[in-house]
Amino acid sequence: MSMPSAVADREITFAQAVREALAEEMRRDPAVFILGEDVAEAGTPFKVLSGLVEEFGTERVTDTPISEAGFTGIAVGAAMTGLRPVVDIMFGDFLPLAMDQIVNQAAKVHYMSGGKLRVPMVVRTNLGATRRSAAQHSQSLHALLSHIPGLKVVLPSTPYDAKGLLKTAIRDENPVVFFEDKLMFHLKGPVPEGEYTIPFGVADVKRQGTDITLVATSSMVQVALAAAQILEKDGISAEVIDPRTTVPLDARTIVESAKKTGRAIVVDEGHERYGVTAEIASVIAEGAFYHLDAPVKRMGAMDVPVPFSPALEDLTVPTAERVAEAARALCGRT
Amino acid sequence: MRRTAPRTETQQADALQGVAREQWLAMYEQMIKIRAFEEQVNELYRGAKMPGLAHLYTGQEASAVGICQALRPDDYITSTHRGHGHCLAKGARVDLMFAELLGKVSGYCRGKGGSMHIADPQSGNLGANAIVGGGAGIATGAALSAKRRGSGQVSVCFFGEGALGQGVLYEVMNMAALWKLPVIYVCENNLYNEYTHYSEVTAGELRARPAAFGIQCVEVDGQDVRAVYATTRRVVERLRAGEGPAFLISNTYRYFGHHVGDVNRAYYRSKEEELDWKARRDPLAILADWLTGEGLADAGTLEEIERRARAEVAAGVEFALAAPYPDPGEVDQHVYA
Repeated sequence: MSMPSAVADREITFAQAVREALAEEMRRDPAVFILGEDVAEAGTPFKVLSGLVEEFGTERVTDTPISEAGFTGIAVGAAMTGLRPVVDIMFGDFLPLAMDQIVNQAAKVHYMSGGKLRVPMVVRTNLGATRRSAAQHSQSLHALLSHIPGLKVVLPSTPYDAKGLLKTAIRDENPVVFFEDKLMFHLKGPVPEGEYTIPFGVADVKRQGTDITLVATSSMVQVALAAAQILEKDGISAEVIDPRTTVPLDARTIVESAKKTGRAIVVDEGHERYGVTAEIASVIAEGAFYHLDAPVKRMGAMDVPVPFSPALEDLTVPTAERVAEAARALCGRT
Repeated sequence: MRRTAPRTETQQADALQGVAREQWLAMYEQMIKIRAFEEQVNELYRGAKMPGLAHLYTGQEASAVGICQALRPDDYITSTHRGHGHCLAKGARVDLMFAELLGKVSGYCRGKGGSMHIADPQSGNLGANAIVGGGAGIATGAALSAKRRGSGQVSVCFFGEGALGQGVLYEVMNMAALWKLPVIYVCENNLYNEYTHYSEVTAGELRARPAAFGIQCVEVDGQDVRAVYATTRRVVERLRAGEGPAFLISNTYRYFGHHVGDVNRAYYRSKEEELDWKARRDPLAILADWLTGEGLADAGTLEEIERRARAEVAAGVEFALAAPYPDPGEVDQHVYA
């Protein structure tokens, strides 16, 4: 059921893992190229792509104008005709600017053409609040994309997962939206030197437990792991499941864990209303109802635009303490 | 701005040198096939045999045919909601088109696309698109791909003047100009953004828009297939030489409404205007007159061509009506590759 945690001789950051995946895939396949704002010499504002233009040149690491719809649309056409673009959307908040290209074009071309055309492209972008960047640079919009048939949606939570999943995304024949947590770029973790990929639709058990299941995505995986540590002191054993991809979703692993523990909380940084937490909670309710000892709980971001003031912003995102508190309540230990 | 002036007669004559009689007759046949195709689409709609709606290309035939005749089979096009003419002109088959329009599994898209989404990669057609301006990114991306692969292909982005209101068009034109991509933005100006005259919703000079990006702009009488063909050939030559994108304004007119159900049109355009275009500017009549005037074809030859085209269309309708619908199991196939 669980994938072994990454074991490796070296530790690299999340940003380095992303960069390594791109470089390896670009060396492997000349059709792979990067398109986006400030991706070349600047290497993006987060420096995730630093050094790639030096190796691959501006033909394959191409700066665009500030035209998200335009360059995403160009990537769709390039993908349909033999290339494998990796589009860089600087902030997840800018996805709505390219939404027609992603939702109406990329996601539907294969189906509308009866399977004749394909769009093997990756849209790399990010999510995550608490950087004091206010409402237009802090959103976690992966639920919007997860709603659209034809798209795959990836949410890596460790450097190991980021590298393996990005390589899989680049090799996939479909449009894949790849969300990186921008607060995680400096997080270090074990990443083997050698070649590996991680399949989509396979959840990772980030921590084994018996009393309650915490299903957590992306930025919330660390929060859930920290909550599990707190709970351990209270004698509550929490299992942490990371779906890693919301589309396809590994419902089986999630449901099996909930059946085993009888309690579940779903934690995700998207807005709670109509969000990823709602979807996964209903998957658990439908699949594990007769095994549950308590209602499934959702914990998403508050349903408010992300405020600027730290005093307010920190209230909007689930924290380890709040997750632990909710878990204690579900376990009748308040 | 002189470099964006229309073709002179001499330039046109030069470009048309060496075009064989057979090619003009082939263009005539394609145009009349499109005309007959659309007549049948209208009939299928009126007879409640076609699900949904369709947007007829009737009246604009010279534009698609003149442009596509100047292309290689492997050159790309993207098309629009009013796309039947583009698809046929680029090489789509009548029977598979009709089957798609009727939602049959033997259609181009297994019945999953319909009238507004005909795609046929075999003929270079990357898809008609039901989002106005929706092909702009795709066509430009195909041009980028062609350039990087060094294939020598060009990409033609068909759109109506209504797409001039879509910002994404200017975003991709900017990049096409910066990166010298082999793409032609073909603005088929049929005067109406759905039910609104374009002049009511289009500020400034139309030609000034491509000019702002330094994109070569040519304007052509879209009712005259010879003019369209000659102009496109010259433009395509420039593109293949790596000189960057072009913007081609094809002035034309749609004979029917925005779609087959749009029959009461007096509130946005007059019957007189419609009759005037049909009487004086009909693309089929213009080519037929020239062919007979030059002694390249007599009335009998043209009638024979028309008979052949109509027979192909009739057979296509018959095929499509008899074709099976997709099995229920098709519904979740091809969501992912």
